[in-house]
Amino acid sequence: MIHFDNVTKVYSHQSRPALQGVNVAVEKGEFVFLVGPSGSGKSTFLRLILKEERPTQGGIQVAGKDLSRLTNWKIPHLRRRIGCVFQDFRLLPNKNVYENVAFALEVIGKPRRFIRKVVPEVIDLVGLEGKSHRMPDELSGGEQQRVAIARAFVNRPMILLADEPTGNIDPATSIGIMKVLDRINRTGTTVVMATHDAAIVDAFRKRVVELEDGRVVRDQSRGVYGQAYGGV
Amino acid sequence: MRVQFVLQEIWIGLRRNLTMTIALVVTVAIAMALFGTGVLLKMQVDKSNNYWSNKVEVSIYLCNKLSANPACKKAAPTAEQKGEIQKQLEGMSQVAKVTPETAEQAFQRAKEQFKDSPGIAGSIQPGDIPDSFRVKLKDPKDFAAVVAQMNQRAGVDQVVNERAILEKFFKILGGLQWAALTIAAIQLIAAVLLVANTIRLSAFNRRRETGIMRLVGASNIYIQLPFVLEGAIAGLVGGVFAAVLLSFSKVFLLGRLQKNLQFATPLSWVDVTTVIVASMCFGVVLCALASFLTLRRYLKI
Repeated sequence: MIHFDNVTKVYSHQSRPALQGVNVAVEKGEFVFLVGPSGSGKSTFLRLILKEERPTQGGIQVAGKDLSRLTNWKIPHLRRRIGCVFQDFRLLPNKNVYENVAFALEVIGKPRRFIRKVVPEVIDLVGLEGKSHRMPDELSGGEQQRVAIARAFVNRPMILLADEPTGNIDPATSIGIMKVLDRINRTGTTVVMATHDAAIVDAFRKRVVELEDGRVVRDQSRGVYGQAYGGV
Repeated sequence: MRVQFVLQEIWIGLRRNLTMTIALVVTVAIAMALFGTGVLLKMQVDKSNNYWSNKVEVSIYLCNKLSANPACKKAAPTAEQKGEIQKQLEGMSQVAKVTPETAEQAFQRAKEQFKDSPGIAGSIQPGDIPDSFRVKLKDPKDFAAVVAQMNQRAGVDQVVNERAILEKFFKILGGLQWAALTIAAIQLIAAVLLVANTIRLSAFNRRRETGIMRLVGASNIYIQLPFVLEGAIAGLVGGVFAAVLLSFSKVFLLGRLQKNLQFATPLSWVDVTTVIVASMCFGVVLCALASFLTLRRYLKI
C-alpha cells in the first residue's frame, strides 16, 4: 500500500536532510505507529505520502501508484484515497458536525443523495450519534477529533494518516479515539499514525517504525514506544 | 460540479470583504466607462472623418468689389480670367473635379444652410459670397500644392481649405479620446491591483476551507473556481455601472457634441451597445484573469 524506496528528503535552505535513505513498506490493512522525537521526520514522511512534498531522492509508491509519475492534476485523485487527521482537528467553526463531514464529499462533487446516506453512517461509526447538529465549539476535544476522523473516513479511503491525533486530548479520551481508529483499521483501511504518546503505543502493540534524525532506527511488529523514552 | 456549493462559496467570499469588493466594483466601473468613452470618441472621429473626407473641398473664392485682398483691387476678374483659372485647375494632377459656383448659387446655398437661424439668413445679401470654384481633390492631403499655385493667380481672392477647419475639430476629439484612454489605463492598473488584493484577502480568509479541500482531494477547479468567479462577478457588476455611465456619456457628451458641431455625425445606439458589451467582457475577463494569476501565488495546490 505504501512503499518508500531509499527515500531522502532535503528541504531547500536546510543542509540536514529531513529523511535519509528511508525504506519502509506498509501493506494493505496494517496499523503502523510512527514514533520519534520532534524533527525526526515523521511529518515529512506523511507529507511525502500525500505528495505535498517531493522526495529529493528515491521512489514512493502509494496505492499502487508511483508518485514521481503522478501528474499535478491527478494529485487530487490520490488524496481522495487517503484520509487525514491532525492534532488540531482542523474543523470549520461555522459548520456543524454534519456539515463538516459533508463538506469533504461536497467539494469532490458527490451527489447530494449519496451524501445524505453516508454522512449519518460515518457519524455513528465514530460514536457521535445524535450530535449531528452540534457546532464544533459545543464539543469536547475528543468529540471534535471524532468529527475530524469521520470527515477523513467518509469517502472510505484506502489509507488513513493521523498526525498526533491524541496530542491535544487527555489520556482517558485518547483511548476512545484509538478505539475509533482501530475500528476503521478493521474495515481494511491501512492506518499510519505518527505519535508521541508512549502509553497508547505500548497499550496497542501494533507495528512500530521509529525515526531518528531522518533515519529508520527500528521497525518492529507488535512493538513498544521505545527504551529511550522510558517505554519499557 | 455542485453549482449551489460554488455559488455559496462566492457569496461568502464577496460578503466577507465587502469594502474591498465595493472599491473593486467602483474602480472597474470607472475604468470601463473611461475606456468605453475613449473607444466611442475614437469611433466618432473615424466616422465623422470618413463622412467628411468624401465631402470636403478646397474653395477658391474669386475677387469681387467687396474683396479685402489688395491684389483684387476691388474688381471682379474678367470672364477670360475666370476661364483661365478653371482651365489651370482642371489641368492639375491633384484635382479630381472642379465645380464653378456663381455668387447667386452661393447665396441660395447659404440661405438654405442657415434657414434655422433667421437672423443670419436674413442678413446675407446676394454678392456677399463671391463667385468661386469648388475643387475636389484626389487626395485631400495634397491641398497645399493647389493653394500655392492658386494664391498667386490674378483674380483669386482667397483659397479656403475646409479640411483645415475639420482638422481642428478632430484634434479636439482626438485629445479627449487620448485623455479618456490614458485615465482608463491608469484605472485599469488600479483595478488589477485591487483584484489581486481582494482575492489575496479572500484566499487568506478561506485558508481553512481551501486547506481541507486540498486534503480531501478536491480538484483544482473546485478550489479555484469560487475565487475566479468572485473576481469575474465584481468585474461584471462594475461593468453594469460602466454601461450606465457610458449611456450617459452617449447622451450628454456625444449628444451635445452633435448639437453644437455640425461636423459630428451621430453615433447609433448599436455602436454604443457594442462598445458597452465589449468593455464589459473586457472587464470580466481582466478581473477573472487577475484573480486566477493571484491564486497561483497564494493558493498552494
